[in-house]
Amino acid sequence: MKAIEKQRIQQQFQEKMDYDELLNCMRCGFCLPSCPTYIESVQDERHSPRGRIALMKAVVDGEIEPDEEVKRSLDMCLGCRACEPVCPSGVQYGHLLEQARDIIYQNKTSSPSAKLMKHFFFHQLFPHQNRMINFTSLLGLYQRSGMQKVARKIGVMNLLPDSVRTMEKVLPNVPTKHEMKYRERHFQPKDAKKKRVAFFSGCLMDTMFLETNKSSIKLLQYAGCEIVIPDQQACCGALHGHGGEKEKAKEMAKRNIQAFEEENIDYIITNAGGCGAFLVDYDQLLKDDKEWAERAKMFASKIKDITSVLVELEFHRQPLSLDDEVITYQDSCHLRNGQKTFMEPRTLLSSIYGATYVEMKDASRCCGSAGIYNILESEMSMQILDYKMKQTVATKAKTVVTANPGCLLQMKSGIEKEGLSDQVRAVHIVDLLLEAYENIRY
Amino acid sequence: MLPDEFKTKLVHIVGAENVADSNASKLVYSFDATPQFQSTPDGVVSPRNTEEVASIVKLCNEYRIPIVPRGSGSNLSAGTTPTEGGIVLLFKHMNNILEVDQENLTVTTQPGVITQQLMEAVEEKGLFYPPDPSSMKISQIGGNINENSGGLRGLKYGVTRDYVMGLEVVLPNGDIIRTGGKLAKDVAGYDLTRLFVGSEGTLGIVTEATLKLLPMPEEKQTILALYEDLEAAARTVSQIISNRIIPATLEFLDQSTLQVVEDFSKIGLPTHVKAVLLIEQDGNKETVENDMKKIMDICRENDAVEVNSAKSVAEAEALRTARRAALSALARLKPTTILEDATVPRSNIAKMVAAINTIANKYELDICTFGHAGDGNLHPTCLTDVRNKEEIARVEHAFEEIFAVAVELGGTITGEHGVGAMKAPYLHWKLGEEGVSAMLNVKKAFDPNNIMNPGKVFAKSERKRVVVTR
Repeated sequence: MKAIEKQRIQQQFQEKMDYDELLNCMRCGFCLPSCPTYIESVQDERHSPRGRIALMKAVVDGEIEPDEEVKRSLDMCLGCRACEPVCPSGVQYGHLLEQARDIIYQNKTSSPSAKLMKHFFFHQLFPHQNRMINFTSLLGLYQRSGMQKVARKIGVMNLLPDSVRTMEKVLPNVPTKHEMKYRERHFQPKDAKKKRVAFFSGCLMDTMFLETNKSSIKLLQYAGCEIVIPDQQACCGALHGHGGEKEKAKEMAKRNIQAFEEENIDYIITNAGGCGAFLVDYDQLLKDDKEWAERAKMFASKIKDITSVLVELEFHRQPLSLDDEVITYQDSCHLRNGQKTFMEPRTLLSSIYGATYVEMKDASRCCGSAGIYNILESEMSMQILDYKMKQTVATKAKTVVTANPGCLLQMKSGIEKEGLSDQVRAVHIVDLLLEAYENIRY
Repeated sequence: MLPDEFKTKLVHIVGAENVADSNASKLVYSFDATPQFQSTPDGVVSPRNTEEVASIVKLCNEYRIPIVPRGSGSNLSAGTTPTEGGIVLLFKHMNNILEVDQENLTVTTQPGVITQQLMEAVEEKGLFYPPDPSSMKISQIGGNINENSGGLRGLKYGVTRDYVMGLEVVLPNGDIIRTGGKLAKDVAGYDLTRLFVGSEGTLGIVTEATLKLLPMPEEKQTILALYEDLEAAARTVSQIISNRIIPATLEFLDQSTLQVVEDFSKIGLPTHVKAVLLIEQDGNKETVENDMKKIMDICRENDAVEVNSAKSVAEAEALRTARRAALSALARLKPTTILEDATVPRSNIAKMVAAINTIANKYELDICTFGHAGDGNLHPTCLTDVRNKEEIARVEHAFEEIFAVAVELGGTITGEHGVGAMKAPYLHWKLGEEGVSAMLNVKKAFDPNNIMNPGKVFAKSERKRVVVTR
């Protein structure tokens, strides 16, 4: 790293890092056993929350320079926040990580390829839903035209890293451009109206996973919700926030707050753990912005994961049924650690008649997906996934249930990697619930 | 900086992947869980077996480079802070349980095994390893042995020392020795096993240990007794013991501690009372029931406002887990949390609790108290801010007085955390100058070049202890 960069980063660490929060870590180490990168790096403190906080503090204190290794330590973090619920001191690690990454990325020239990749994802693609639609439909074209088959046959894919190659195989069959572009935005409940909610459709969820979004709407209708989908909404900004692009994230947040505050609603429903946890934190993100702080608070207070609202509306008491099989659940880190939602999915899954719910060991440990981490830090990501697959296989489950698109793709990759695709499937929880609900009725 | 030639030889022993001396790796091993102590080592090394440990020690002895053996760095006496530089030695590769001997009821283990994993492994076979330090989820068994760790079950079952039967140790000259073993009776020569347990890494490096196991108790019950008066709770403790009942666990938490622990654990702890006792008894069903009945009566006789039994195993476990988180949870309240480890004979527990409160008031400090009341081991914990120099000075005085009172009441300066660098200046209060000198002679006999964890246990000179060391 260049001297001038280091100097700039150091100075901004001193100006911007929350020093009280850094001091709040009393270094007891209770976080260590929950940190996937600490475990997978064979107990390397550089890859533990305690170690990373110590490094951040040392940069502020001027004890060490923010060199490549410090950056490496921060890059290696999945941001799964599994350290937060186990921290007796209540250190807000996720916020510290975001602050530090933001400072480093705003002041450091990263490697051209990483920079290109980030720029493409963070600035060119995710913020623009139209481009998402175009990009996804390109993928659809690739899948449907037979190009996919050809590409696989001639081995173009071999040029790509393992993780991307496996990912390419497991991407869902995407909807057509027309379907993505022209959709209804207002739905009535099937029976008596219990709540009026707005649906946060997300960028990836509303393109590549449009089917899952449709299932979500149906479930909400069955549960007694009137649903609106504000069309001015944008990507939640989580990828930007976690990837060191805080300003861009704030921009997305403001667009969303504006889009939703016009609606008179009880809740804002999300069905992607990663998005939900970031949305629920908008009040933190905009706390220093006078004009937006209050509005952000109001917005954040309405965020609810779909499983929470389903349990609240007693959807688990509805008749739900599947064939006789074992199902297991992989927590979305952000749903669990960010939104503190982990009982609700289990309540719903356990209530499905016919299926047997088996908890996998360390279900709360990250699957290694973590935004675009599995592309940027492919090796560590695969190591974490291997452990996850071992636990999955041990449950003998035929269906692995997830609650976030990243986790879903990652678990599908894991299944593919293990050569289990003819025996095990990974599904989003709403798709499985709809299947179980409709199973009874048809 | 490690001398080039030394580093080359070190790499030759353990391989380049097991030697680290970058700025970041040195920084993350510059501290343990002790507040205000930090000092950067010159390098970090991770040997793979005893022979490599011995070669490293010989090399360090030759170059006079300090060695700090370190487990998970969860200790609270700065025992694993590399205050004099040198190398930090990790046991991450030496983390196997070698044997669970069901005929002799022993387990033989490498030092890098996490304490809880060892406990679970023996419990699978219906056996019981009683020492349970609050840090058991993270601490390594080697660290427990070096610090002679206690825990929640110390009252009835004793501390780590009472379970170490044999050791393999690398001495500071590189010799590998074995002490003790599986024998229940063995009086051949000096009891070196006991000498190494609690020696805080100053006499040698433990590379293998044989630990005693017990049969798993058949039954366990847990109660929580609530008090409106701190001293009534403390009185109950003495009364239980003088009634010839030795509970497995007898823990004390004051109101401020209760409040923060509840804030973290959210298990519905009673935060409206001034103090609680967490009491457990284990053993055969009949004894447990009889003891618990008597204990509950004693609690009520001593003005407990409420006595509740844990309704399920899960509820009891939640209570214990919450108690174990007490120290870290207290860190929520103020930027700096300084925990002490004063211990008195249990008959004096009420006096000690009262003295701590008087001293806290005198110096206008927030001191919360919790601890293993049953074995007289209290953890008065001061909530302060290291940036407030004036307050820190008062903290120093207050703790000095607390130690003085503890020693006066027939107690000691540390019940289970060890002396480390933190309490070295007070060792003579407990041992007398002659006692310290006897120990120093032992140290010199084993480690004439003072390479094994130097600066720990013995103070260079008497100085203020709460000094930020970098």
